[in-house]
Amino acid sequence: MGEIMLLIFVFVIAGFLGVELISKVPSQLHTPLMSGTNAISGITIVGAISATAIAVSTSNDILGTVFGFLAIVFATINVVGGYLVTDRMLGMFKKKEDKNK
Amino acid sequence: MNTNELINVFITVLYMVSAVLFIRGIKLLGKADTARKGNLMSSVGMLIAVVTVLAEKEVRDSFTLANVAHNGYLYIIVAVALGAVIGAIWAKKVEMTGMPQLVALFNGFGGLSSLLVALTQYINDKQTTPFVGITLGLTIAIGAIAFTGSVVAWGKLSGKLFKKSVTIPAKNFINAVLAIAGLAGVCLYAFSGANEKLGFVGIVLVTATYLILGLTMVVTIGGGDMPVIISLLNAFSGLAAAFAGLAISNSVLVVSGCLVGTSGLILTLIMCKAMNRTLYSLLFGSFGAASSKKGAASDKEPRSMSVEDAYLILEAASSVVFIPGYGMAVAQAQHSVKELADKLEENGAEVNFAIHPVAGRMPGHMNVLLAEANVPYEQLKTADEMNPQMPNVDVAIVIGANDVVNPSAIDDETSPIYGMPIINAYEARTVFVLKRGKGTGFSGIENPLFTNDNTIMLYGDAKQTVSSLVSEFEDA
Repeated sequence: MGEIMLLIFVFVIAGFLGVELISKVPSQLHTPLMSGTNAISGITIVGAISATAIAVSTSNDILGTVFGFLAIVFATINVVGGYLVTDRMLGMFKKKEDKNK
Repeated sequence: MNTNELINVFITVLYMVSAVLFIRGIKLLGKADTARKGNLMSSVGMLIAVVTVLAEKEVRDSFTLANVAHNGYLYIIVAVALGAVIGAIWAKKVEMTGMPQLVALFNGFGGLSSLLVALTQYINDKQTTPFVGITLGLTIAIGAIAFTGSVVAWGKLSGKLFKKSVTIPAKNFINAVLAIAGLAGVCLYAFSGANEKLGFVGIVLVTATYLILGLTMVVTIGGGDMPVIISLLNAFSGLAAAFAGLAISNSVLVVSGCLVGTSGLILTLIMCKAMNRTLYSLLFGSFGAASSKKGAASDKEPRSMSVEDAYLILEAASSVVFIPGYGMAVAQAQHSVKELADKLEENGAEVNFAIHPVAGRMPGHMNVLLAEANVPYEQLKTADEMNPQMPNVDVAIVIGANDVVNPSAIDDETSPIYGMPIINAYEARTVFVLKRGKGTGFSGIENPLFTNDNTIMLYGDAKQTVSSLVSEFEDA
């Protein structure tokens, strides 16, 4: 029970932290912010890896192995693709160059 | 302290480092100068988290040389390599105009992954406690909605699926039934105790109903409302990861998932505010039903002009504002627009871009396109920054935008968009509207701006019109 309450505690605190972090973001950064946080939601890859390991070794279930494998694949696409595409976008945002040359 | 305990301490510390990097990364992502560094920082956090999980006990236990087919690391490495290659190729190949659908698709994959994690976890251990049951059930529900919802959004944005607007009769009733049936499934599973059959029924019920719910919820939503729904789905995929973390008691999943969930929710509310609509009316109301009253129609004919005459007006202008909309993305006109902006600046005019928060199909869509065309971000102004200066603007050039410059939002109470904050293009001395043809545009709302006395329509493909204006400047 103690661990459950601690997890819920972490859940609530992280939620409020998210509100504080995001509330003042200029509108021009909305897309990179969205795709950057989208990449973070691929953190589910951590859960996918641990669930797959159990499915492969302990429970030895074919359906579980397939689901787990696919979960890792999709989460990795989300993570790698998300970070790369965000970086590409942010690389395009430039300040005004010297106009008086 | 034995070795196992020591490793566990290390694992906890590394997860902590990775969570801190995510928090710091999101913070830096919110400022233009540091955004790229922030994204890098959060990706390092992700790398640390992924390496750390490889040292977890259940993953270490899956290591075996005796029987390679049962070696967990083999599966993990192959799956990660496969996903990394696919993700990298897509991220490299995508055109900036295709960005909204790619973000939607990646988001769908995140949701699908959380859904599959929950199902794998269920298969691994069919008996459950109520807490794990409820969180696992909710992971399935939210992950499933995020998955099918994002796929539908991807289909709509890329024009591959659901091209025509779809209406579902008694939509709210159907959605409510699906949602409640799914939640009943969650309870059934959570309180099934040792009865595995009952638990199985519950899991199947929640998976099926919420996969369908994602479809029925998003399929009726029109293109103009896409920025809101994309950020909402983004919030869902984060929440799904957070609930998965609660179910398998992994704190790094809880922290990062929850951060994404709330940040997505805030972005959603910002978008809603920019359209003067509540999230409730967007999801449960029907924009289509309001189309019976399209606002007061005017009998006046809009005035149009040739490119040559338009050039003469532009040439004399000392202050010009571009107001882009989704039409600019469709015509891929952003590079030509930048050329025209350069010509105007050479000609001594002050050039700005006024960008409405919901212009385009995702939050900040226009900013990304214009940044791709090398427009410096100091020139990109929000509606609040630009509107007070609008009466001093000589020419406002509206490119493929419609509702976001519709003055009915201010003065016509019968208009469906009444109350929505707009860019006051009508206050400029002259307004050019670049438009494919006559008509009200996709939302079907009458726009009195087009028939104003100071408005001049330039019909035709936006990219072509802008290019011919550029060549007029070159010939001069």
